[in-house]
Amino acid sequence: MTETAGSAPGEFMGEPDMAPPGQFMGEPSADGRFGEFGGMFVPETLVPACQELDRAFRSAWGDPGFRGELDRLLRDYAGRPSPMTECPNLSEELGVRILLKREDLNHTGSHKINNVLGQALLAQRMGKTSLVAETGAGQHGVATATAAALFGMDCVVYMGTVDIARQELNVFRMRLLGTEVRAAETGSRTLKDAVNETLRHWVAVADTTHYCLGSVMGPHPYPWMVREFQRVVGEEARRQCAEILDGGVPDVVTAAVGGGSNAAGIFAGFANTSAALVGVEPAGGAAIGRAVPGIVHGSRSFLMQDEWGQVLEAESISAGLDYPGVGPEHSYLAATGRATYEQVTDAEVVEAFSLLSRTEGIIPALECAHALAWVSRARAELAGRTVLLNLSGRGDKDVDQMMGILG
Amino acid sequence: MTAANGTTAPGEAGGWGRLETALRGRRRAGGKCFVPYLTGGLGDDWLETICAVAVAGADAIEIGVPFSDPVMDGTTIQQANDRALSEGATPQSILAAVRGAAADIGVPTAVMTYANIAHHMGYERFASSLADAGVSGCILPDLPLEEVGEWADCADAAGVETVLLAAPTAPDERLPRICARSRGFVYGVGLAGITGVRAELAASAVRTAARLKAVTDRPVLVGVGVGTPAQAAEVCEVADGAVVGSAIVTRMLEGAGPEGVAALVAEFRAALDATHS
Repeated sequence: MTETAGSAPGEFMGEPDMAPPGQFMGEPSADGRFGEFGGMFVPETLVPACQELDRAFRSAWGDPGFRGELDRLLRDYAGRPSPMTECPNLSEELGVRILLKREDLNHTGSHKINNVLGQALLAQRMGKTSLVAETGAGQHGVATATAAALFGMDCVVYMGTVDIARQELNVFRMRLLGTEVRAAETGSRTLKDAVNETLRHWVAVADTTHYCLGSVMGPHPYPWMVREFQRVVGEEARRQCAEILDGGVPDVVTAAVGGGSNAAGIFAGFANTSAALVGVEPAGGAAIGRAVPGIVHGSRSFLMQDEWGQVLEAESISAGLDYPGVGPEHSYLAATGRATYEQVTDAEVVEAFSLLSRTEGIIPALECAHALAWVSRARAELAGRTVLLNLSGRGDKDVDQMMGILG
Repeated sequence: MTAANGTTAPGEAGGWGRLETALRGRRRAGGKCFVPYLTGGLGDDWLETICAVAVAGADAIEIGVPFSDPVMDGTTIQQANDRALSEGATPQSILAAVRGAAADIGVPTAVMTYANIAHHMGYERFASSLADAGVSGCILPDLPLEEVGEWADCADAAGVETVLLAAPTAPDERLPRICARSRGFVYGVGLAGITGVRAELAASAVRTAARLKAVTDRPVLVGVGVGTPAQAAEVCEVADGAVVGSAIVTRMLEGAGPEGVAALVAEFRAALDATHS
């Protein structure tokens, strides 16, 4: 079940155990599970709110009126479809043909806007007047603040004090957009603790407030709903790849994984094709790499924890991936072997950040630089192959931090 | 469900557990139940404090096993958790201490922690380790009705009473199902929110107690937002008892010691005794 933990280089290309097409990234089971992962592990007080959200999402997702309105917002407000970019210089340097899905070119600078517009529209349909959200790097916080401004909703965003310090610009952006940013000062004071504070906030105000969760994690229906709101990335990429590759699919689709929403979005377009799926975790936050299941933040999934089940603090150069858990569907994709998960070090990420900037004139967010770091390391096995990489965000927010590292 | 005359329902072949028997006994005698929550592993004298509050009038005692991410808890219990963890508390160290002191504690105990502590050890092993330590009950607030089955089956098999929470946000149809699956007592959540002392008792505390009393014969105790003897007495106009955590743990954090914490428990005991004198 968990051989992915120490998979040898090149194993991601193998397909002998792959389940038949059509099986992956559909609806979870009635109890909100992907295999043995997922569920609704929340205090009783929040169960009615999660069940209400499940009903509302099912109804909205089957309503052409809702879908049409969301498509319009994604096109006219967020700027979709996002382009796909061939990278001749980078491809030549690595000996691997690389296609980038340009989520960095969306409004607010990352894939986060796709999910947030969906959830804000849904919250409005449910009659909620306020949004609350957690944020790590601040990209999801900024996206949520943006949607709140657009929809005229009140908004509170929780952010760990460590992240507030390293992502000052995004804190200012959120405040400019009319959102109240509150510091999460407990525990490791990063994304994990921001989620705790958001859950504590939500439990008292769930009747008026929608929790706009930023990744494919949390209690059912969030992992499924957020993946569906991000599916647009994979569906566009599938069409764009078909044009570029004469109707074909890339050999490998790769993306960085913290909670895993950008990866889930792009994987969803290729889950039932022959493409290998490779998620890339930071070495200091490799929930899947350690392959021990646990229960935190509403779902059962792989989780970094000590010998007693206390959740460990992730350590990564990237605030957006500084999370000890991972979305439950990724645990399922790993356990079934449909996707593999690799780990890269901060040093490899810094190198990849510079590499893409230098070769293609694209400064990536540190999060998606993880995916490129893996491609760069695995270039010998990938030689001559076509790799689609989800460039989930732009690196403007990280320039200050990188200036300190690179000088 | 248990019949109104107090006989044992089918499926409870062994009758009520020690926790439920004690609470029903207090109620049958015309009294109100008081259950304080104390954080296990907090300070050097936490075990002594547990013994002292038993003497001071607790009908049963909730022992918190600290978890790194207690999403149901407010700042007081978070701080207590963090301090106990930094002092090296583990589920094993707490249960070993409780086991050694079972005779001195004298009243039933229930462990309150979060699902991952039990899940990580394995539900079967965790349940039997509670039973070995002489712990009667267990409360895992992030296992709602839909998720509790696997754990509750293991707990039943080990003779551990799984106490379920019932929230003010629950629709009517949900409450009888919670009461039927709960053992020991039904833990009515006083308000939609996290643990912590509030200036006033929320209206939802009494309302939730009344809704639960209407559908179950099992003891109904209310906690979360019950922080003073007066608030405990107020909720016990309807409820069979009160659970008090943050107010007690505040005393522990202040270093009041066994006598200081026991004195507060005695105040709660006196306030509840006064409701029916």
